[in-house]
Amino acid sequence: MIEIDRITKLYGSTRAVDTVSLTAETGTITVLVGTSGSGKTTLLRMINRLVEPTSGEIRINGEPTHTVKPHLLRRRIGYAIQGHGLFPHHSVARNIGAVPELLGWPEEKIAARVDELLTLFGMEPAAFRNRLPLELSGGQQQRVGVARALASRPDLLLMDEPFGALDPIIRTRAQEDLRTIQRKLGSTILLVTHDMDEAIRLGDRIAVMDGGRLVQYGPPEEIIAEPATPFVADMVGDAERPMRLLSLIPVSELIETGPAEGPSLAADASLREALSACLWTGREAIPIQRDGVPAGRVTLAAIRARAERHA
Amino acid sequence: MFWDCAPSGSVIAGGVALAAGLALGIPAGAPLRRLGGSLLGLAGLIFVLVQGASAQLDGAGDLARVSPAAGAWCLLLVLMLLMADALAQLNPGPRARAGLLALMLVALLALLWSGTLSDLSVMQEFTSRKNAFRSAALRHLALALGSLGAAAAIGFPLGILCHRNAALRGAALPVLSFLQTIPSLAMFGIMIPILGWLAAASPAARAIGIAGIGFAPAFIALVLYALLPVVANTVTGLAATPPAAIEAARGMGMTGAQRLWKVELPLAMPVILAGLRIVLVQNIGLAVIAGLIGGGGFGSFVFQGLNQTATDLILLGALPTVVMALVAAIVMDILVDLARRIPEPLP
Repeated sequence: MIEIDRITKLYGSTRAVDTVSLTAETGTITVLVGTSGSGKTTLLRMINRLVEPTSGEIRINGEPTHTVKPHLLRRRIGYAIQGHGLFPHHSVARNIGAVPELLGWPEEKIAARVDELLTLFGMEPAAFRNRLPLELSGGQQQRVGVARALASRPDLLLMDEPFGALDPIIRTRAQEDLRTIQRKLGSTILLVTHDMDEAIRLGDRIAVMDGGRLVQYGPPEEIIAEPATPFVADMVGDAERPMRLLSLIPVSELIETGPAEGPSLAADASLREALSACLWTGREAIPIQRDGVPAGRVTLAAIRARAERHA
Repeated sequence: MFWDCAPSGSVIAGGVALAAGLALGIPAGAPLRRLGGSLLGLAGLIFVLVQGASAQLDGAGDLARVSPAAGAWCLLLVLMLLMADALAQLNPGPRARAGLLALMLVALLALLWSGTLSDLSVMQEFTSRKNAFRSAALRHLALALGSLGAAAAIGFPLGILCHRNAALRGAALPVLSFLQTIPSLAMFGIMIPILGWLAAASPAARAIGIAGIGFAPAFIALVLYALLPVVANTVTGLAATPPAAIEAARGMGMTGAQRLWKVELPLAMPVILAGLRIVLVQNIGLAVIAGLIGGGGFGSFVFQGLNQTATDLILLGALPTVVMALVAAIVMDILVDLARRIPEPLP
C-alpha cells in the first residue's frame, strides 16, 4: 500500500504539487492523469525521491520513504520512463539484470530471472538476450524497459508516460500486455499519463491532477459519470463520455436470451465494441459466445439504456 | 632527367610499372584496382630510385650525395594518396586495419633494413647518426606519449568535474582555449623564463629536472596544449549520454559513481578517445618544436638541418615524425572503433 500524505513541492513560490494525499492499494494500477504542468510527474518522482518533497510524507507498506537512503529506496521501486531509457551499450540481458546486479544477486539467479521476464513479455530468451537495444523494435524496447523495472520484484512500479513514444497500434497492445502481466504478478503500479483513454483503459483508480492539486480520485466509472470539476469533464471530453463508459463494461453484463443474426462477439468484449458492431452492420442485436459456445445476445436497446443511465 | 637517371633498362622497367600503376590507380570506381595500381606504382618508383642512386654514385667519389627531387616526392605523394583513398573506400574493420598497419610497417622496416635505399642521402645521414637517431626517437616518443599521459591524468578528472559543475566548466574551458591559441613557438619561449626562475628559486624543482631549457619546458608546454582536447572531449562525451539513460540509471538506484562508471564513461569513451587521438597526433607534430629549446626529439635534426641548410637532415627529422603521427592516428582510430560497439546484426 502506498500512502501519499499531504505532500507539497514548492519551486520558489510556485506550488508544483499542492498538499496531495492519496492511497494506492497493493495489487492495483493507479493512474495519475493531467495536462503538462499539472504536477503529476513531480508527484511520481517524489515517491522514489528523484525529487525531494518540501513537506509531507510518503509511506510504502507503512515505512516512510525519507527514512531510507534514496539510492537504496530506488532499488526497491521499479521505474519505467518514456523512451525506455535502456543503456545502449548493454545487451538486453544486462539491461534487464541491472537492478538485480546492483542488489548483488548471484549471476545464475539474474540469468534465470532475465529469461523468465523475456518469456513473460513474449520475447524468446535465446533470440533476444544478447541483442543490443538498438537491434530491437520500438515496442520491444519498451517491453524490455518494463521488464527491467520489474526485474527485482519491486514492492512498487512507477511508470512515467511509458507508452508515450509508441505508435497507436503498438501502444494499445502494450497497454493490454501491461494489464495482463500486472494481473498475473499482482504488482502495484503508479502510472503517469496525459492520455485519458490510457487512464481509463489501465486504471483501477484514476487520480486527476490540475495545477498541482488532486481534483478527483476514484474508479474510472466515477470519473466519467460524475466529473468533480469542469476540468475533469473537459479531460474526459463530453462527446466521448458515453463511448468511454461503454468501453469499461463487458457485454457479459447485458447478455439476454433471444435470437440474433450475423457474426458474434466474445463475452469479454466491451459494450463499445458491441455498439460499434450494431451500427456498422445495421443490426439490432449481436450474438454473444462464451468460450466459443453461443451464450445469448446483446441488443442495441439494452446498450442504449445502459449508456442513458448517466444522463 | 628521369630517362637518364639510371641505366635505360631499369628506367624503362620502372617507368612502365609507374605508368601502369597510375593508369590503374587514377580512374575512380574500383578500390581494389586502385590499391593494386598504387602498390605497383610505388614498386616502380622505388625501383627507379634505387637503380638511379647507385648509377649516379658510381665513380662520383665519397662525398657525393643523391636525393630524390621534387618530382619523385610528388609521385610518392600521389601514390600514397591513391592508396589511402582505396583503403578508405574498402573500409576494413578495426582488426583488418590493425593487420594492414602491421603489414605496412613490416614492409617499411624491411625496405629500410635491407639496405636497398642506403645509397639515398637521407639514409646516409641516418647511418652516420644512428645513435643520435635512436635517442631522438625515444625522446620524441617520451615527449608525445608522456605529455598525453599527463594530460589524461589531469584532464579526465577535470573533465568529469566540469561535466558535473557548470560554473567550473564556464571557467576552465575558456582558459584552456586561450592556452590553445598561444603560438607554439611563443609557448615554448614563455616556458624558458618561468621554469628558469622556478629552478633558480627552488632547489627541489631543480632536483627533479626542472630547468629553463630542455625536456621539462617542452613537456609542460605539450601538456598545456593537450589539456583542451582532453577536457573538452570528456565534457562533450559525457554530455552526449542519452538523458533517458541517465534518468533510468538514477531511477533504478545507481549512485553517482556507479552512474559514471557503468553508464556515462562507457558511452562517452569513443568521444574521449577521439580527443586523445587529436592530442597524440598534435603532440607528435608539436614535439618537433621542442628541438628548439633543447627538448630533444626529431626536432633537433630539423633545426640542425635548417641552420645548416641541409635538406637531408631536415628530412631525417621530418619523415619519421610523419610516420609516427600517421601510425598514432591509425592506431587511435582503431581504438575509437573498438570502443564504439556497433551492433552486429544477428543471423
